[in-house]
Amino acid sequence: MRFTRTSKALGIVAIAALALTGCGAGGGSNDGAGQSAGDPNKVITAYSNEPQNPLLPANTNEVYGGRVVELLFEGLTSYDPSGKSVNALAESIESPDGQNYTIKVKTGTKFTNGEEVTAKSFVDAWNFAALSTNAQANSSFFQSIEGYEAVSATAKEGDTEVPAPTSETLSGLVLKDDSTIEVRLAQPEADWPLRLGYVAFMPLPSAALADPKAYGENPVGNGPYKMAKEGAWQHDSQIELVKNEDYSGSREAKNGGVTFRFYTDPAPAYTDIQANNLDVTDVLPTNALQTYTTDFPENHLNKPYAGNATLNIPGYLPEFQGEAGKLRRQAISKAINRDEITKVIFSGTRIPAKDFTSPAVDGYNENVEGSDVLKFDAAKAKELWEQADAISPWPAGKTLQLAYNTDGGNKEWIDAVANNLKNNLGIQAEGQAFAKFAELLDLRKSKTLPGFARAGWQADYPSLYNFLGPLLRTGASANYEGYSNPEFDKLLNEGLAAKSTDDANAKFTEAQEILFQDLPNLPLWYQARQVVWSQNVTNVDSGWKGVILYHNITAK
Amino acid sequence: MIQYILRRLLQVIPVFLGTTLLVYFMVFALPGDPVRALFGERPPSEAVIVAIRQQYNLDQPFFVQYGLFLKNIFTLNLGVDFTGQPISASLARVFPVTAMLAVEALAIQAVFGIAFGLVAGLRKGKLFDSTVLLASLVVIAVPVFVFGFVLQLVVGVQLGWAKPTVGSDAEWSTLVLPATSLALGSFAYVLRLTRASVIENMNADYVRTATAKGLSRPRVVVTHILRNSLIPVVTYLGASLGGLMGGAIVTEGIFNVPGVGQKLYQSILRSEGPTIVAIVSVLVLVFVIANLLVDLLYAWLDPRIRYEK
Repeated sequence: MRFTRTSKALGIVAIAALALTGCGAGGGSNDGAGQSAGDPNKVITAYSNEPQNPLLPANTNEVYGGRVVELLFEGLTSYDPSGKSVNALAESIESPDGQNYTIKVKTGTKFTNGEEVTAKSFVDAWNFAALSTNAQANSSFFQSIEGYEAVSATAKEGDTEVPAPTSETLSGLVLKDDSTIEVRLAQPEADWPLRLGYVAFMPLPSAALADPKAYGENPVGNGPYKMAKEGAWQHDSQIELVKNEDYSGSREAKNGGVTFRFYTDPAPAYTDIQANNLDVTDVLPTNALQTYTTDFPENHLNKPYAGNATLNIPGYLPEFQGEAGKLRRQAISKAINRDEITKVIFSGTRIPAKDFTSPAVDGYNENVEGSDVLKFDAAKAKELWEQADAISPWPAGKTLQLAYNTDGGNKEWIDAVANNLKNNLGIQAEGQAFAKFAELLDLRKSKTLPGFARAGWQADYPSLYNFLGPLLRTGASANYEGYSNPEFDKLLNEGLAAKSTDDANAKFTEAQEILFQDLPNLPLWYQARQVVWSQNVTNVDSGWKGVILYHNITAK
Repeated sequence: MIQYILRRLLQVIPVFLGTTLLVYFMVFALPGDPVRALFGERPPSEAVIVAIRQQYNLDQPFFVQYGLFLKNIFTLNLGVDFTGQPISASLARVFPVTAMLAVEALAIQAVFGIAFGLVAGLRKGKLFDSTVLLASLVVIAVPVFVFGFVLQLVVGVQLGWAKPTVGSDAEWSTLVLPATSLALGSFAYVLRLTRASVIENMNADYVRTATAKGLSRPRVVVTHILRNSLIPVVTYLGASLGGLMGGAIVTEGIFNVPGVGQKLYQSILRSEGPTIVAIVSVLVLVFVIANLLVDLLYAWLDPRIRYEK
């Protein structure tokens, strides 16, 4: 491009003029907050990536499909930004015993194709999701409901044929009338209603069940947004959502729509935000973690969400059995300097863990008895290690391996932890790298790892139980390290059967005290979400799950 | 001539079988169960795993899977990927974008490389020549992604003349930045190749003859020097087309171009064997056909070369 001297001069004048008018506008907006709000019909552009599955709520189990589905649908309950579950389409959810539930559904709301949302929309959708032949990724969310075994036809590992289910519908799920659902659970679970805001429990219009495949391409929902048009999901490129004008729930859209642009790499998205070519991103490139606060002095956010990272100790490791094993677990936990690692390696984008759950869920307690073991104390760690060696010595020359997957960028902190152990305990420790997450998972499942494994968990619904049950209960689905303690299981059951959430949380806290004794895994830190946004938008925040509250974003 | 083309096309068959078998095997040998990987830490019910495995034939032994894949290729039905999308549809989406990017990059490097090389060659030893030579050395020394980031930051963010990324609207105009950064790497080679060739041809007998019989300078330069100098350049350009299409993976990443490279990268991350092999198969075809075209162009440019039988 060529610039003459005159055009350059004109350009400078124009920039100066813009700057001056900019100042003027800024000065004038002092006398009324919110008055400067921009175009309410602005379509927000947001970072995302190609969803991994068709957009059926019960088949969406990853973040990029999840954020779309959450905007397209409204369930019986929804979560407010702090993670509290509030009634949405449910008029009331009542249970005398935590096992039998009567759900009253609000009448008069509609899907965006005009079909009314009734109790039947929920019952049919749930039966569809639970039936094993439909192969929905979230089908296991219905396992608490009575009759799940009959529709899920439990396959064993290694099966090549799906066994035929013996029933098409859940026997514990009864459509009473147009606005009433009766649910019977296999056993009392007081926190069951907390799950109803999760995408697996969304209602579906009848068209969805008639042709799920076509529906997954062009989903029709009842949420604050709808697909902009037929084919609004442009594969490998973007998904366009527009405001659903008929929506009347608590998450009403304050902008004209959201376009999710797909990036396979977070770096170009970050550059786009700097150039105001994209409005908001919730995934930062690693090298930006140190600079995002200075690159975006006003427009950034660093907020904890319901996810954590742990170092898991397989139950079969011979050096970690019995009394010596217990002492070693404690020693290692106390030898890890969580404060320093989160500060230096993560630039403050993780928060040192104080328990096995997350501060983003209701009932969180940072002073659970025994949680001292997570505090860094090199001298005490060394002492505990020597006590363990006195009982049964650490094999000479043995290196403690810390397994991690490199596709998630874990090397730096694993190395830091290994150094902590080397310096503070005087043992050999090193990272054991696996190229892919799936590879590490296979080894964890087959119980063949020679050492510890890194793990991470993100809650599906805001409950302490969701961090404890699926991961640590005997035989639980994601309990890969095989931890089992009947006392812990008993407290979980008591918590689930409790009459109120507070009683339940008290039991779950008690259960955590056992975990601090046994240390089946070492809590490391809580996850936090970093978000940056452009000069064109404001009111950006993230919710309990770390997902941006897209509906609240407004134009500047 | 026709026979020659046919023979070259027949060679495609073993090349195609060999590469797909190799790539398919490598994907198959990738560690980790791709179906479980779809679910992260949170395992689905076993019935779902079995159903998905069955749907994508992942429960079959390697050669059965490969055989089914070949059958699909020859019936022109590539099947669906893990998102339920027909693979043929996603190929039809990404290949035109990358082809556009590659052709634009090729055009940029050809036009500028040949022009600068010609002028530098004609003015051998002059200031322009030395400057261009030095500059091209610098360009060769700098990796492509550095140009990508610099162009993106300076032109896209600081000056704001163009959008820093491409995204959904991939057109000739929006692809200028990525195409330029992609072209810069080979541009210097084209330039140096042209220059060397021009210098050599300036002293050739036919050029002296042409000048001696009184042809105008432009005519000597264009029909005699340039045309003969283009032979090695065309070979290089043709060979680089395949490389541009396959090698755009880095550039596409920097500028978020929804092309082949991005799709391939994502498919590898998600262990989607059929998509990876389908993309590689098409890339193989592009390579082979580009090379064939180069050989044919050769004959056209240089009548001394004849393809007998």
